[in-house]
This record gives sequence, C-alpha cells and structure tokens, in this order.
Amino acid sequence: MRLSTILLVYIAILIIGYFAGRQKAIAYSHALDAGRTMHSLPMYHGYYVLMWGAIPAIIAILGYFFMGDGLVLDRVIAGLPDEVRSLPESRLNLVLNDIRVVAAGAETSGESEAYIQSAADSLNAGREFLSLLLGLAVVALSSTGCYLAWRNLSGDFRARNRVESAIQVLLVMAASIAVLTTIGIVFSVLFESIRFFQKVPLFDFLFGLNWSPQTAIRSDQVGSSGSFGAVPLFLGTLMISGIAMIIALPIGLMVAIYLSEYTTARVRGVVKPLLEVLAGIPTVVYGYFAALTVAPLLRDFGLSAGLQISSESALGAGLVMGIMILPFVSSISDDVINSVPQSMRDGSLGLGATRSETIRRVVLPAALPGIVGGFLLAASRAIGETMIVVMAAGLAAKMTINPLEAVTTVTVQIVTLLVGDQEFDSPKTLAAFGLGLTLFIVTLILNIIALHVVRKYREQYD
Amino acid sequence: MLKPMDTQYGFIGNRSHDPYVAGRDTLSKEEQDGECIFETVGEVTSPDPIISVRNCNVFYGDNQAINNVTLDVGRNEVISLIGPSGCGKSTFIRCLNRMNDTIEGARVEGDIRLDGEPIYAKEVDPVLLRARVGMVFQKPNPFPKSVYENVAYGARIHGLARSRAELDEIVFSSLERAGLYAEVKSRMDEPGTSLSGGQQQRLCIARTIAVNPEVILMDEPCSALDPIATAKIEDLIEELRQNFSIAIVTHSMQQAARVSQRTAYFHMGQLVEVGATDTVFTNPIHRLTEDYVTGRIG
Repeated sequence: MRLSTILLVYIAILIIGYFAGRQKAIAYSHALDAGRTMHSLPMYHGYYVLMWGAIPAIIAILGYFFMGDGLVLDRVIAGLPDEVRSLPESRLNLVLNDIRVVAAGAETSGESEAYIQSAADSLNAGREFLSLLLGLAVVALSSTGCYLAWRNLSGDFRARNRVESAIQVLLVMAASIAVLTTIGIVFSVLFESIRFFQKVPLFDFLFGLNWSPQTAIRSDQVGSSGSFGAVPLFLGTLMISGIAMIIALPIGLMVAIYLSEYTTARVRGVVKPLLEVLAGIPTVVYGYFAALTVAPLLRDFGLSAGLQISSESALGAGLVMGIMILPFVSSISDDVINSVPQSMRDGSLGLGATRSETIRRVVLPAALPGIVGGFLLAASRAIGETMIVVMAAGLAAKMTINPLEAVTTVTVQIVTLLVGDQEFDSPKTLAAFGLGLTLFIVTLILNIIALHVVRKYREQYD
Repeated sequence: MLKPMDTQYGFIGNRSHDPYVAGRDTLSKEEQDGECIFETVGEVTSPDPIISVRNCNVFYGDNQAINNVTLDVGRNEVISLIGPSGCGKSTFIRCLNRMNDTIEGARVEGDIRLDGEPIYAKEVDPVLLRARVGMVFQKPNPFPKSVYENVAYGARIHGLARSRAELDEIVFSSLERAGLYAEVKSRMDEPGTSLSGGQQQRLCIARTIAVNPEVILMDEPCSALDPIATAKIEDLIEELRQNFSIAIVTHSMQQAARVSQRTAYFHMGQLVEVGATDTVFTNPIHRLTEDYVTGRIG
C-alpha cells in the first residue's frame, strides 16, 4: 500500500471523527434545558475525538519510518547464505548496499550474484508487506481511537480541558526539540573532541604557541607529527573580532542615537531599511570587498605612510567585518532606545537638560541591557564569521598581535582542517572538533558573563 | 438632579444670571462644541505676574489646540487649570516652559513672558528656561537611577554644586521640602522606581525643586495616585507656594478647590473663565463654566 494512500485515509478518518464528535456534542446541547450550557463547545468535543484518532496512529507511522526498514533488513540478512552472513561488518554492509540498489531496480555494474537478486526480491516483498501492515494498523488505530473517544463523550464531558492539555504537551515537545538539538550538537562535538584529546594532550592544545596541523594524510605516508597549539588561532580570532567590534560599536551606537533621537520619522523610514540591507549581503561578497578593495587600499596607504601592511591583514578583515555587523548593533540599539518611554525624556528635558544630556544620562542607561544584548549578538557573529577571514586575512597561523600582518582564526582553521580527504581519525581532522568545542565553551562563558553584567546593571523604568 | 458641587459650596442655583447667559437656559450647539469664539470672562491678569501670556495660539500641524489665550500666573500663587479632556490645558502649560518645542510639528504663537522677558525670543535658550520653569508630569517618571541620583540629576547638569557636600545639601533639603526625606533617608541608593507611586511623584517634585525653579508646572500630578498619596501631594503644594509659583492642571475640581487661589476654565482650546477659585466654583460667570463645575458636562 502506498504511503500517500495511507495518509489520505488517515486524514479522512480524522475529519469524520471530528465531525462525529462535534455532532454528538451538538445533539447533547439541544437536549439541554433552556439557559444551561455545556462545559465545552461542540468544537472541542470534535477536537477531542480527532486527537485520540490521531495520536496512536501517528506513533505507528513514526515507528514505521524509524524502524520499519531495519526490521525488514534483519529478515533479509537472516535469509542470506551463511558464508555471506559471516562476513565482517564492513563487507556485509557493502553487500546490503548492493541488495538495496538492486531492490530499487537500478542497473548494477556487472553480473550480480544470484543470492543478491533473491535477497532483493525478499526485501521488496518485506517492504510491501510492512506497508500493508502499516496501512491496516493506521486505519484500525485511528478508527478505534476515534470510536472510543466518541463513545466517551457526554453532555458534561470536559473536552476543552483535555484538548488544552494536549496542546500544552505539543508545545513542550516543540520546545524540547530545540533543547535536544543543542544537547545533540554538544555531544557530537564532545565525543570527537575526546578522541582528539587522547592523541594530543589538552595542555599542549590550550597553551601551545605553535599551530601547524600538517600531519601525514594517510597512515602509510611519511610526514611530520604536527603541532596543535591553539593560542595563535584564538589570538587571531580575538584580534579580528576586536577590530570589528571597535568599528561597529561606536558607529552603530551613534547611528542608533541619530536615528531614534535626532532624525525625522521620514528620514528614519528610509535610512533604517537601507542599513538593514547591509545585514542581508552574503558574507562571501563582503569577502571580495575586503580582499579586492579594502586590502589594496590599506596596503597603498601603508606604503605612503611608511608602514608594512601585508595584502592579507587582520586590519582589513576586521574593518570589513565591522561594517558587516554594524546593522546588528545599530538596528537593535535603535529599537531598544525607541522603547524607552517618552516620559523619561520629558522628565529630563523638563529639568533643563539638553537633548544630548538626556540621551547620555537617562536614555542610554535605561536602554543599556538591550544595547548590550545587541553588542553580544554582533560579537558572536564576528567570532563565528569565516568567509571574510578566509578571503582577507589568510591562513597563516602566526603568533602576533600586529594587526597589519596576516593571521587566521579558529573558524577558518576548522574549515581548512575538514576540507580535503584525510582519514577521519587522524589528529589533523579531529583537531577541528577540539577547536569547535573550545570555541563553543569560550562563547558560552562570554554569554554567561554578559548576562550577569546585564542583570546587575539593569535599570528598571516601568 | 444631584449636583454635588452645588451642595459643597452651599448654593442651590437660583442666583441671578450673568450677562452672558441671561435669559438662556441652554447653550447653543456651537457654544457646546466650541465652534464660536468666547471672550474670556473674569480676571485674566494678576497684580504681580511672574508669567504673562498674551494672545497665545498653538498649532499641531493644521490643528489649532489653543486659541487666543491670555492669562497671567501670579507670583507665589497656585493657579489650577480645569476643563474637559482635550480642552488644551496640558498643551497650554507645556507652552510655559517650551516643552512643546520637543514635539514635531508643534507651533506656538503669541507673547509669553517670564518676569517680563519674552521666552520665545530668539536669544532665549529653552534648556535654561526649563531650569527656571520646572515640570512635574502626570505619571511619576523617576529616572532609572538611585533615589539620590534622581534628585542630584538637575543639580549636576546645571553645575549647582561645587562639592559633594553641597550636592548632598541640595539633595537632602529638596527631599525634605518634598516631604520625602524621612521615608527615603535609608534608601538613598535604591532605584527610584522601587518607591511607591506617591513617593515616586514626590521624588519627581523633589527632583524639580532641586534645580530651584521660579515656577513649577504640574500636569495632573495626582491622576495616577491613590487618595492618601494625593492628600500628601496637595499638602506639599500648599507648602511649596511659599517659594514657588505653581500652575497645576487637574481633572479633580475638589483638588482645584483645595489647592489653588485662582482657577482657569478651558473649553475646546479656549480660555472661558478665570477668577478666584471660590468665585469660579460658587458663582461662575459663564454658563459653560457653571455646567462644568456642577457636573453637567465634562
């Protein structure tokens, strides 16, 4: 049975269930004395019936998706010749792959062996059988569920409360998806990182001053053992994001103050969307801009000023990154400043403060928590940014605090480590996960500190 | 019909009518809607004015909010401005310290003088003017700062204190004069917003008098407060009159009667009647004023 057919039948049963429940409730309401009302509207009785038809069947459908194919494959494997079944797991997987390909009806290269053909046939038969089973189960579960719920309805049945609590469960599930995904990401990085730290000592990684991950690509090659000191990378990240923040914070804040306090509504309506366009430019484009326009300008400027500025420099990348995150700072700060009540400004102006005194001493302190939030968002964008750095700051992991030299960042190194064909268990590849985990922890600590600061200096105005 | 104001002032309504409404029991629709021009009746001038307003018009874009108002605020006098919502009384007091300047599209015409100097003259800095004509708003609006810093704010921006001791003196005496010192002396470092609504409003008054203005404008200062907090503010206004001139906008006629010496009745952007508070409430000249103070309109 085709899955789409099953779904259509399922939906039809649910719709019938909804109307049956609603109809029954309407009948009850007609039977009531004048002036009395039922606990729940007929609509909720309908939803209640629908809910009980939907939930058991959806569990069956999900179970089919996650486990169905595995069950069939187990049976197929059981039917394979003994010498095939006793193959090592990696070889067995290859055989299974062949079976799948044949079962899907694709041409295989060369003559496939007889047992593969028969296994493919049994795979198809098994799948067919299982989907038929699913169809029957869905029809049975949803109609039984609907019927039982429908039978349960009565005039004073509190269907509305049941439906509300089901909605609550749904919302909790939606929230937990986000949380579980985060946990999943942390663990996937964590396990690979642990493998990395088994090969490279944690201390060497965190405090080593030399980053040169060039190890042998395959185990049969001869090569250096590499050195994995992450300090130059974090220094580079810090320097480039630092330059970006030095550009973006003051300019962004001043733009926000101008937009929210000094300009007319008409100018604001034009300037603000234009600024937000900056946020929509792909970072690769910023990368060109940094590499092709800003870097040569800086180099020429350096030549005329007698400075040695390399054509790939932290300064160029940081400048362009600052422009990139500018809209985050200005747009969020502008919204926050606008949400400070007018009565604050009136109070200050009424005391004879000038407009700029009012902004500096009353409006900005009131808006501070929100502004810090905007800064944090911008900072995390800067730390995580990759493309601009790849194109404009280079790949050389140099231990320097001179912004005129080429440097590299953590994210750039993660990309270069994972691009190309290395064995996945070489320290070089695994180093990417070590870097990722460390970066994650660093930004987490930054966020915690910032949250603490915001809470401490928050000034209530309502 | 029950007429609370009549009974309060012990008058039953069989007095002789004034020239403006003699022989008429009802107002025309044009008069009710303010579509005709009233000539202000009563005492618009004051023997010792601190603020004098002559022929003031205010426009918000194309809308005229104030129409040809002439009025004096006397020295060490409390004048209350009453009238139905939207009659322009708030707009009017916002002209007196040029707060209307901060509203986009607002335009003020006419001659307004503080101590004889025209405040809308080109060379007058509205910022300095506002230090001389302070303002207290409808909703208590303490700054997001400590109690101390709220009161110190004005003194700091105007450089009134040369040392910490002088600043302390200004802050503490202002709080004292606002009747708040005893309640907040151990809470100087707590945020101003942590005080109760009535305390917040007295904090705003303390903040205003810390700058030592000549006039204090109050825009419905008690409308967000409970009766006990209101009574405290009213007592405070009575005391402040020794040192300041006060113009107060209020919706409560009882409040106007309690705190003010003169009362001005506004209607649809026009000043209908001004006079001694007693007279306005017990023996109004204009029919519109009578209708308002007896609760028939408004």
